[in-house]
This record gives sequence, C-alpha cells and structure tokens, in this order.
Amino acid sequence: MLAAGAQLTGRPGLARAGKIAALAGIALSLGALVEDLGRPERFINMLRTFKPTSPMNMGSWLLAAYTPLAGVSALSDVTGRLPLAGRAACYGAAVLGPAVATYTAVLVSDTAVPAWHEGHREMPFLFAGSATATAAGAAMIAAPSAENAPARHAAVFGAALELAAGRLMRRRIGMIAEAYESGRAGTLLRAAEALSVAGAAGALLAGRRRGLAVLSGAALMAASACVRLGVFSAGVASAEDPRYTVLPQRARALAANASGT
Amino acid sequence: MTVRPIRAPEVQDTTGYPPGHPPRMGFFTDTSVCIGCKACEVACKEWNQLPADQPFALTGLSFDNTEQLSGSTWRHVAFIEQNKPIRTPQDPGDGAGGDLRWLMASDVCKHCTDAACLDVCPTGSLFRTEFGTVVVQQDICNGCGYCVSACPYGVIAKREDDGRVFKCTLCYDRLLDDMTPACAKACPTESIQYGPLDELLERAAARVQELHGDGVEDARLYGHDPEDGVGGNGAFFLLLDRPEVYGLPPAPKATTRDLPSMWRHAAVAALALVCGVTAAFAAAHHPLAQAGAKWSRQSPLMTRTRSSRTTTARS
Ligand code: SF4
Ligand code: SF4
Repeated sequence: MLAAGAQLTGRPGLARAGKIAALAGIALSLGALVEDLGRPERFINMLRTFKPTSPMNMGSWLLAAYTPLAGVSALSDVTGRLPLAGRAACYGAAVLGPAVATYTAVLVSDTAVPAWHEGHREMPFLFAGSATATAAGAAMIAAPSAENAPARHAAVFGAALELAAGRLMRRRIGMIAEAYESGRAGTLLRAAEALSVAGAAGALLAGRRRGLAVLSGAALMAASACVRLGVFSAGVASAEDPRYTVLPQRARALAANASGT
Repeated sequence: MTVRPIRAPEVQDTTGYPPGHPPRMGFFTDTSVCIGCKACEVACKEWNQLPADQPFALTGLSFDNTEQLSGSTWRHVAFIEQNKPIRTPQDPGDGAGGDLRWLMASDVCKHCTDAACLDVCPTGSLFRTEFGTVVVQQDICNGCGYCVSACPYGVIAKREDDGRVFKCTLCYDRLLDDMTPACAKACPTESIQYGPLDELLERAAARVQELHGDGVEDARLYGHDPEDGVGGNGAFFLLLDRPEVYGLPPAPKATTRDLPSMWRHAAVAALALVCGVTAAFAAAHHPLAQAGAKWSRQSPLMTRTRSSRTTTARS
C-alpha cells in the first residue's frame, strides 16, 4: 500500500522499497506456511474449496491472489520490464494488502486458545498496526530520505495503533491478560512497547536525517517482530495452563446459570 | 432435580444429505459404571490399527499411562483419585477404605453439533457423515493443524511422523456395515453405549434421575445440552463430579460462533489501516509538512542529503 501511494505521488525510491519489502514479507510467510504443513506437497488442497468459515482457507485464497501481484510489481520495478503491468499489479496488491495484514488476526483468534480468542476484537487492530509499522520501518530503512515522509507518518500511525490495541486488549480480557504479561510473552511485549515508542519518536524527529530514520525503522521492525512472537508465546502459555481455560469458562457457566433461572 | 429428555439437534439435513439418511448416531458414556478396564482403548487401537504411543512410559498418574487423547489414541480412560467417598443413604460407607475414591471415564471425540474443527478446516478434509458424525478424510488432509487449535476439547491431534491429523471416526467403516463401534462392542459394563442420539439422550436422562434417586447428588450429564457453546455433543457423558475434575472444559465454546464478529473487526481494522496510510501521504503534502521539509532542507545538516526528487514531489 505504501508502494502504491508512493507510485501515485511520484516517489519511485519509496515505491521500490515498498514493493520489494512486500514481496520479501509475503514470500517469507508463504514459505513458512507451506513448510509448516505436515504434508507440504498438499498445499494446493487449500484451494479445493472456498470456505468462509475457515480463516485459513480465506487466507490461502488471499495469498494466492496477493503473492503474484506483489511479485509482478516488484520484479517489474527492479527490471524495468512491463511497467504498466507492474504499476497495475502494485495497485492490485495495495487493495489486498490491508486484508492480508488483518486476516491473520482472525486466523489466530478463531481457535480455542484462550489468549488468542478472547482478544479477537482488538487483535486485527494490533496486527494492522504492527504490519503498518513494519512496512513503514522497512521503507524508512530502504527508501531515500527525501522521499520517506509518508513512511515516517505511517510509522507513527502504525506504532500508535499497535500500542493502543495491545493495551485495550489486555484491559478487556480480564485474567487472561496474565498470559500476555508474564513469562516470555511479557518480556517480549514489554520490549515491543519500548521499541515501538522509541521507533515512533525517532520517526517523528528523523526528518531527513538518514541515520535516525534507519535506526527508528529498525526499532519498529524489531518491535513488530516482538509483538508477533509475544502474542504467539502468550497463546501457547494460555493453552498449556488449564487455569486460562477453566476459570473464565466457569465464570461464564455461572453467569449463564444466574441469568437462566 | 429432574432432567428432561432432549431431542438431538439436526445436523444431516443442514449438511445437505437428502431425506432418508440414517438418524444421528452417537455415544453415551456412563462413567458411573466404568471399571477402568481399558477394553475400549484396546479395541479402538486394534480395529483402527492405531500405532502405539511411546512404549512403557509410566506417568505416575494413578493407572492412567495414556494421559490424553491423541492422533493415535481415540479412546482414553482417565483415572482420577479423589479424597471424596461416595456416600449414599443406602450405602453410607464404613470408612474402611479411607476417603479415597476413583473416578474412571472413557473420553472420546465429542462429534460436536457445531464442530469447530470442521468449520475451520481449510481443505474440507473434515466432513460430516450421513450419521451426523465428524470424520477426517485422510487422503485430503494436508496437515495444516488448524483443527488442532480449534477443537475446544483438545481432541484432534497430529501424528508428527505422518504429518496428518487423526481422531475418532465413530468407526465410520463399521457404521456403514451396520455394526457397533469397536469400543462400545468391547465395553463389558455398557459404560459406552452406542445408538441413535435421541434414544441415548432419553436413556441418559432416566439414568441421571435414577442416580439422584439413589442419593448420588453429584451425577450430571455433560455435553447433552443443545443450548451449550457447541450445540451439544454427539458423544456425551454422565459424570460424577464437575467436568474440570475429569480434565474436561466446563463451558466449551465453538469459537467459530464469533467468526462474523471477527471478520467485522478485521474489516474495520483494514479500513483503519487504509485511512492511516492515506493520511500519512496526505500529511506529507500538507503545507505544514512542506514548511518543515523546507526548513530541514535549509538547515545546514540536511543540505547534503537533498535529492532532486523533492521538487517533483512537492509540486
Ligand atoms: S470434539 Fe473436537 S475434534 Fe471432536 S468434533 Fe468436536 S471440535 Fe471436532
Ligand atoms: S490438519 Fe487436516 S483436517 Fe485439520 S484443518 Fe488442516 S487440512 Fe483440515
């Protein structure tokens, strides 16, 4: 999306950075997804149905559409071939980009893992924020500083969204928030908050200072990585300790009984 | 307390089976008569040719060395040692055996009415049979493991060496030949009862009443209620204590029920992202930002990094 905006407003350096980052990101996640299958050779079975009740199925379709677009857009930018197709692909990818960024939140929330499911309202915002911050961070590192103003603004927006969504989620989910605040997840998420704040502040102050832009870009990317890992560990922790499953469910059952009779 | 018999929720018509399909079949596992012999576990392994778990691993958890359901264990007999004697008016107990009592329960896939595993399976490998049960088609499963994290009971699991997931099929192959599932066939005390779900629900309600009449106050059904978070189970239980005691979730919920809300929140988040990034570009073109840019261009620090592109971007 950043690349499309840059393309639209005549910032070729930023556009190229955005396109390459998008392709690298999606190639990594697609690779990880296929690798993670017990039977990678059967990835294609994902596309044998179209099933809105399965976020993973929808996600596979999204990736199947997004990846070639991101690929064409980045390759055409780098090689200079088929510029029109490249630009069109870039806009196409920009339309799908926000969906790719947020479907993963539904993916993790639609499970019986307490820390993930209970946070399902804020999770998409957390992921949208962290995706924006990562993309903007990558752009701040790779794009010429004369063109990176939108990336810097987007970085601040992304970091703010990420921080706010994370805080709100932990406030709302009650005792399950402990999974996010203790252990490995707690450490990771505290590191993420510090890095986000630092990165956003850097992005605000960087102006055309290339060094500062690169540093804060890196901080933002690291923050997002910590957020993802932290959410992951919180999920694992909440699934391993039956407290997180039993206590809220018992409370729910009691509440239902109280209102039912 | 009386327990009304309940009708089994319909699942086959809504799946698209034409009228004339068999009734919804299921299990009623009455743990009050379970003697912990594990015949069901063995029969299941034998009939379904399930691989062994780690050989001779002793857990130290009473007589339970299976621990939990897994890709290669589709019936699991849990042993729970409690300091809580069963005292009834008829049998007050003499205290000779101390206060220890054993709970034994044969756990299995619940074949949920709203089966989260089936909902989330991206390949359509998991399907609803004409008997209303939930079965994995092994030739389609690609081992994504999504169902594993979706099941609110932690039933379905991956066999790591194989890569695919496996779980109880309620002996689909035997049902097709009008035979009783292996576990129910092998159970010597009829703790595992197999039949049309409607009949089982009726029988279970009567059994709970009987137990209550005998003074076993703690007897209760689990998974029988179509109003619960998974729409009721195709395989339900009679327990002698709270479900948590048996390692069962007290109020499980098929999380796919919240899916519409999740997609809505994701859509709003995606929209917020679009607005945010658009605003980021707009801000870069705002007069204030332009002034800032001009200032930083003029500041001596910045002069060297100036690029010819800025002029175009500004216009
Ligand atoms: S108990 Fe779990 S594996 Fe069995 S049908 Fe329900 S959701 Fe699926
Ligand atoms: S692991 Fe197999 S059965 Fe489970 S959701 Fe994935 S494809 Fe479906």
